[in-house]
Amino acid sequence: MKEVKKQGGLNAEIQSRIGHQLRAMYDDVVRQGVPDRFAELIRKLDGPEAAAAQIDDKDGRD
Amino acid sequence: MPLTDSLRDDILASVPSLRAFAISLSGNGDRADDLVQETLLRAIANIDSFQPGSNLPAWLFTILRNLFRSDYRKRRREVEDAEGNYAKTLKTQPAQGAHLEFEEFRAALDKLPQDQREALILVGASGFSYEDAAAICGCAVGTIKSRVNRARSKLSALLYVEGAEDFGPDETVRAVIGGNGG
Repeated sequence: MKEVKKQGGLNAEIQSRIGHQLRAMYDDVVRQGVPDRFAELIRKLDGPEAAAAQIDDKDGRD
Repeated sequence: MPLTDSLRDDILASVPSLRAFAISLSGNGDRADDLVQETLLRAIANIDSFQPGSNLPAWLFTILRNLFRSDYRKRRREVEDAEGNYAKTLKTQPAQGAHLEFEEFRAALDKLPQDQREALILVGASGFSYEDAAAICGCAVGTIKSRVNRARSKLSALLYVEGAEDFGPDETVRAVIGGNGG
């Protein structure tokens, strides 16, 4: 393994690795697509009032 | 604008990246999905204030980010406890190549100040421009640039400078990416 130096700017190889790791973590979730619960939620809501009512319900329970 | 079918489709198309953003921010899948649900409800409840033709993903990310921050203030103590326990479990797990590297990365990300973490995720993973990320976070473009730079620099120090010999070669990074079907 190459020696890692911390001089002035970041080592380009390290920056590239961090970028890969960050995107790997993120894209792993993106690839899971849309869970049914969210597809159903958006389909079922008629409009703003229905959504607002669900927010109120939730606040009431908390 | 009214909640048309095409707007519903556009909102739905943003769900995978909203979830990824929420999980990256919170490090907790259940909490992330609660955040996404709340974001969707609030977006639709306030859909009249969405300007047609403006950036829908950026608008949705702004809602989620603000919810996360208000939620974070409420839960701060609870989260700090959870992070302490999480860190302990990490140290007792056996070293297993790509998985361990992923856990180490996640733990390092969680150590960043919240402002830096969200800036890095928005620019480095969600693919927003510095301008969009600044709008989402309600700050200047220069502030976002400096937060991203500080985040990268801190991650680099946490992961690769101290104890750099503990980390495997590049293959482990590729294994994380390749192992997920990418």
